[in-house]
Amino acid sequence: MGEITKLTLVNLVSKIKSKEISALDACSDYVSRIVKSKKLNTFVTETLEQAISSAKKIDDNNLKEGILSGAPIAVKDLFCTINVETTASSKILKGFVPTYESTVTSKLWERGAVLLGKLNCDEFAMGSSNETSAFGNVINPYKVNDENIVPGGSSGGCSAAVAADLTVATVGTDTGGSIRQPAAFTGIVGLKPTYGRCSRWGIVAFASSLDQAGPMTKNVSDCALMLDAISGFDEKDSTSANTKKEEFLKNLNRNIKGLKIGIPKEYIVDDMPKEIQDLWDKGISWMKESGAIIKYISLPHTKYALPTYYIIAPAEASSNLARYDGVRYGFRASGKDLNEMYENTRSLGFGNEVKRRIMIGTYVLSSGYYDAYYLKAQQVRRLIKNDFDLVFKDVDAILTPTAPSSAFKIGEKKDDPISMYLNDVFTVPINLAGLPAISIPAGFDQSGLPLGLQIIGKPFDEQTVLNSAYALEEKIGFKSQVKDWWM
Amino acid sequence: MADNKFDYYLDGKTGKWEVIIGLEVHAQVTSRAKLFSGSSTKFGSDPNTQVSLVDAAMPGMLPVINKFCIEQAVKTGLGLKAKINTFSKFDRKNYFYADLPQGYQISQFKFPIVGEGEIVLDMPYGTKVVGIERLHLEQDAGKSLHDQDPENSFVDLNRSGIALMEIVGKPDLRSPEEVGQYVKKLRSIMRYLNTCDGNMDEGSLRADVNVSVRKQGSQQLGTRCEIKNVNSIKFMQQAIEYEAKRQIDIIEDGGTINQETRLYDTKKNETRSMRSKEDAHDYRYFPDPDLLPLVLDSEFIENIKKTLPELPDEKKLRLMNDFGLSSYDASIIISEKDISEYYEDVAKNSDYKLAANWMIVELFGILNKEGKGIKDSPVSAVNLSKLINLIKNGTISGKIAKTVFEQMVQKNENPEVIIEKSGLKQQSDPKELEIIIDNIIKNNQDKVIEYKSGKIKLFSFFVGQAMKETAGKGNPQLINNILTKKLK
Repeated sequence: MGEITKLTLVNLVSKIKSKEISALDACSDYVSRIVKSKKLNTFVTETLEQAISSAKKIDDNNLKEGILSGAPIAVKDLFCTINVETTASSKILKGFVPTYESTVTSKLWERGAVLLGKLNCDEFAMGSSNETSAFGNVINPYKVNDENIVPGGSSGGCSAAVAADLTVATVGTDTGGSIRQPAAFTGIVGLKPTYGRCSRWGIVAFASSLDQAGPMTKNVSDCALMLDAISGFDEKDSTSANTKKEEFLKNLNRNIKGLKIGIPKEYIVDDMPKEIQDLWDKGISWMKESGAIIKYISLPHTKYALPTYYIIAPAEASSNLARYDGVRYGFRASGKDLNEMYENTRSLGFGNEVKRRIMIGTYVLSSGYYDAYYLKAQQVRRLIKNDFDLVFKDVDAILTPTAPSSAFKIGEKKDDPISMYLNDVFTVPINLAGLPAISIPAGFDQSGLPLGLQIIGKPFDEQTVLNSAYALEEKIGFKSQVKDWWM
Repeated sequence: MADNKFDYYLDGKTGKWEVIIGLEVHAQVTSRAKLFSGSSTKFGSDPNTQVSLVDAAMPGMLPVINKFCIEQAVKTGLGLKAKINTFSKFDRKNYFYADLPQGYQISQFKFPIVGEGEIVLDMPYGTKVVGIERLHLEQDAGKSLHDQDPENSFVDLNRSGIALMEIVGKPDLRSPEEVGQYVKKLRSIMRYLNTCDGNMDEGSLRADVNVSVRKQGSQQLGTRCEIKNVNSIKFMQQAIEYEAKRQIDIIEDGGTINQETRLYDTKKNETRSMRSKEDAHDYRYFPDPDLLPLVLDSEFIENIKKTLPELPDEKKLRLMNDFGLSSYDASIIISEKDISEYYEDVAKNSDYKLAANWMIVELFGILNKEGKGIKDSPVSAVNLSKLINLIKNGTISGKIAKTVFEQMVQKNENPEVIIEKSGLKQQSDPKELEIIIDNIIKNNQDKVIEYKSGKIKLFSFFVGQAMKETAGKGNPQLINNILTKKLK
């Protein structure tokens, strides 16, 4: 016992299929680790008993066909799960039990995975540190001088759970970096697929034109396997892409000889710690060693990405979150009339960051401001997309750091939204352009916290992204330094 | 008829006023499923039994456009001779209300699916062309019920998400009469197309009415008020009249009209302010990021064009040109899809001209008297066509036909059977009639002499005698012919 949870997803599934390990043993090991890891606050809802009985069923009926057969998996609490409470880490959805299963998670269970529970995140995925959750912050399994560190966000429960071996892999969502930044902060792999690659049906919406579900895993192979499992066209999502089904794991290889990798000069930002720049330089060397050709490129509208994002995302969110009104489901605070009921419900039900974004979004869409903010932001978004379209005529992928810093202390940026938003500076442009991008663990800073490198690809070219990451992963030879201090 | 002149001007203290009216008609698309979900649209079901996860705006639910509703909107656009926009977009109109689950209505704001078109009205003073500004698709909201419980309001989401076409007319209407004709014509076109059933009492057709006034002869438009959600033609007309007079009084008393939304109180027959322009909602329209722009290819539109039925205006022309119907008769026949269908059923098996006469004079007389629609006609189209054929082939006279028709109204019996049973068949044997007429002449020699000496009015006396002898069944044409010959 104990060793099973160290296995990668690919290895665990193959051992379950070959009956070297039973699904029940795998599940039990995860369950006992989860039970001993409450301190990290990664789970909002645990479904451990159901997980055990599902695992037994897999063994008893020899259900070993699925590509995720017997894999114990917890998912971000943004995915609606049938008969399992789904909260988006918000008080306003407390007690909400969906009668339906999101497309992405139903694909996991169809392929043999077993649900361990729902993972904590920033409220409605709005945050970069997991501190906006109504159910308390998640603690990073990495620690500095005995001080608690954020796991990144919004998929902070996901990143911490994978890093702490509380789930063999997971799915998060990424609207502006919510998969990649927490992956970088916890030393794991996180992929945001191309917009439209994975169905958004059944995922609590934050910003519909940016949201995308994606895998968070121990390594690149696991990431390819998870993408195989969750991607695909869904007629229930009008923005889902009807592309041919690919086999990412099968086609995964390290041959990136002659691949052209772009290095965008605009990603060198003020105040970036030297160790991030050094890591990036190392990444460039590793790419060269693997036979890739480095090209220095320009993405001139990069500096407008963050302000553009903080107009478009809140605008869509302000509308998407209007349905949480206390009328049909979730939390309701009474009032003397309908308007007062709305006010009370939404004042008490939403946290401060969510309210801040609803206010911003309402403002930028209001008459008299629409043209100056929302419309302008849409135009800039197009320019940012054009930047990428242009450079992708010359390069096959782009290499950047994932975040401008390593994970910070809990509470450090809580009252400074702007500095918190700046954490997304390297990830946000990719969402605006709808591109695929991966973050892989690439080293540690001086205090021992993990750092990530990001590889950005052409639309629907996740294979090149994964292959580049796979080659780099071998060069990096990253080893987890998580010490189980909380157990 | 065309001599009649338009004369709807309202008298004020300072002179005559012209009323300017524009309608925004909300027409429910005839479709079994809703605009963005598969839920049923059946009217009158139990509350909240036709609500999908999408309609209830559950977390993570996404709209998927119903292609049939798109076809229906395009079809309606074509019926209005309108421009079909090959690129259109769905926008979110954001506002909070208990019966609006998403917190926004999906509608089309900047890029509607249908652009400018027109509707032709037959007014006593000639035809009038009324402009259509645009037609766009949008979702209906649910229904709030405030009378079920003393403490709470209830919400029924059966209507939530049903497809509506908002048809925005130009401010080309000038009287309540024109408004009535406009709504009837629009409804008739949509019924011909089968794109909206037009049942106003089920809420399938309702309108927001924009009203302003200006002095007769003025070219400038006044400030308008919008009367929301009026659901019958009669109420529209009453509301316009009230609202126009209200505005005239204000202006003549030195006041100004505030642009505002008003409600029509059907019980008190008055309009009341609902909210002023300053209090108007800021709907924060923006393109719905859950839906891609709607791009139609020309083949799609052409295919719909091919399925278009003959529309009222074309049908009217055909009836006039091919069958010699008067403009008035043709207008009545084409006014409603049901009437025109009934008419076709009668006419195609008998005679177009006679069918129109019999329907307009006899059948509508009965229907009006009994307060029935053509669908509830006591006489079936098949039987009416048989009756007309009996007249045409001389089996019965027109006069007898009216007696037969009265009996048909009672129990929708086959006229052939009625004639057989009651022996009403016309006496058309010339030999028999000649014997009868010879007898009449023999027994009325004095009258024959008078007639021959110039009292030609007595001809009808002989006809009357012949009819009497044949118990009214003698063929009048034959009797005429024989008498003329014998009395020479």
